[in-house]
Amino acid sequence: MKTFAELNYPGRLIAVEGLDGSGKSTQIYLLKRWLEAEGIKVYFSEWNSSELVKSATSKGKKRELLTPTTFSLIHATDFADRYERHLLPLLRAGYIVLCDRYAFTAFARDTVRGCPPEWVRGIYGFAAQPDITMFFKTELEVSLNRILEGRPKLKFFEAGMDLRLSSDPYESFRIFQGRILEQYIAMSSEFDFVVMDANQNVEKQQVIVRKLVSEKIDLKKFKRRSPLPLPPSLTPEEKIAKEAEEDLAAV
Amino acid sequence: MKNHIDSKNCRRFYGHGVPRAKLEDIAGSLIVVEGADGSGRSTQIARLVDWLETNGHPTVQVGLKRSTLVSSELEKAQHGNILSRTTLSLFYATDFADQLENIILPALKAGFIVLADRYIYTLMARDMVRGMDEKWLKNLYGIAPIPDAVFYLSVEPEELVQRNLSKNATLDYWESGMDIGLSRDVFDSFLKYQTLMQETFRKLQKTYDFDIVDANRSTDSITKELRKKIGALLEAK
Repeated sequence: MKTFAELNYPGRLIAVEGLDGSGKSTQIYLLKRWLEAEGIKVYFSEWNSSELVKSATSKGKKRELLTPTTFSLIHATDFADRYERHLLPLLRAGYIVLCDRYAFTAFARDTVRGCPPEWVRGIYGFAAQPDITMFFKTELEVSLNRILEGRPKLKFFEAGMDLRLSSDPYESFRIFQGRILEQYIAMSSEFDFVVMDANQNVEKQQVIVRKLVSEKIDLKKFKRRSPLPLPPSLTPEEKIAKEAEEDLAAV
Repeated sequence: MKNHIDSKNCRRFYGHGVPRAKLEDIAGSLIVVEGADGSGRSTQIARLVDWLETNGHPTVQVGLKRSTLVSSELEKAQHGNILSRTTLSLFYATDFADQLENIILPALKAGFIVLADRYIYTLMARDMVRGMDEKWLKNLYGIAPIPDAVFYLSVEPEELVQRNLSKNATLDYWESGMDIGLSRDVFDSFLKYQTLMQETFRKLQKTYDFDIVDANRSTDSITKELRKKIGALLEAK
């Protein structure tokens, strides 16, 4: 697997991975806010968000129609759609693309569901390796507590209920997440993950994230060439009229 | 997953198959009919169903774009031609896998004869003509069981044009490969595309070893050939 930099794309792709409740979405959101404020061309893409594939995915999930194989394939379809229609053109145009989850999520989940790892990796063979992949690693209990604190209603596939690990959704979720964590750990060196300590506080983590990104990517190369256009300047007459209007409003 | 080549029915998958699928208790047969639109595929399948059922064999039919899971979404997406090639390819694979696990495998287990109106070969050939990697496709379709027989109804592109026009008075956008831009002219594009498809099928035939049936002939003589071959196959079981 080659990175986008190695493939000579002008853009760069940064992915975050980790369990539900690892805080990765918060971190990538804060990273996005910072890059935007720096005037950098940035785009954010979420797992499982392709409009086209969405109706099929949600139908499959609601009616519990999915098997490990179709679960895997439908997510690959979703990813391919975002990859070919959004990510690649943006990377060609020199954007920094931020992905909340990447193919590694599929590698972890589908393998836990019993799909052969080589088969899943082969299917995602069209996707290049992110330039930076941050793995937000928490103690299993920490991420479980973050999710389960409010006793939310866990969805069937989210809790891994299709694996028949337990008839109790919370117990099933715990076992399922534990197995996914094992997969992530096993993949860390294979795919060059930067392992982030996600047990520490959010601000501290963000400082590390921003430092890492600015060290690995020469950010000034990704600035918008021209700042966003300013509103057209007013003619003297318009200016007077506007001021008068404002005075009136103040009264 | 272990291949069960030692059993009498010697059912195997092209690759690892699908998780949780057991192969040893499969009693039915899987028969595939491949060919372009206008090759007489549907007619032949209808006739085979009649013949098999009359002779006391239970049958089930599957085909492309018929899954509960994604067929309507696939139809919609294809209508607007908005998906790029990998996406479309994976969407079709999802459609195939859904039918495989919900229809094909249970029916085979129950001892049915499954007649597939097109199978992974059409999907692979279409993608290969669009420049996709053969190795990638082989891995993807490693989930597919190896059929007991595959018949490819081969018709010359010039004859396909005639048959399609006499039936619909128009040439289908996708069957003409208009999405690849071989020609702006649909007639030329159809001929070029079908020629490419035929070449690709011949290439695939070397790997997948299917029966190429000359379908430039009359419907009856094709039916006769298919019955003879399938009859022999069922007898051997």
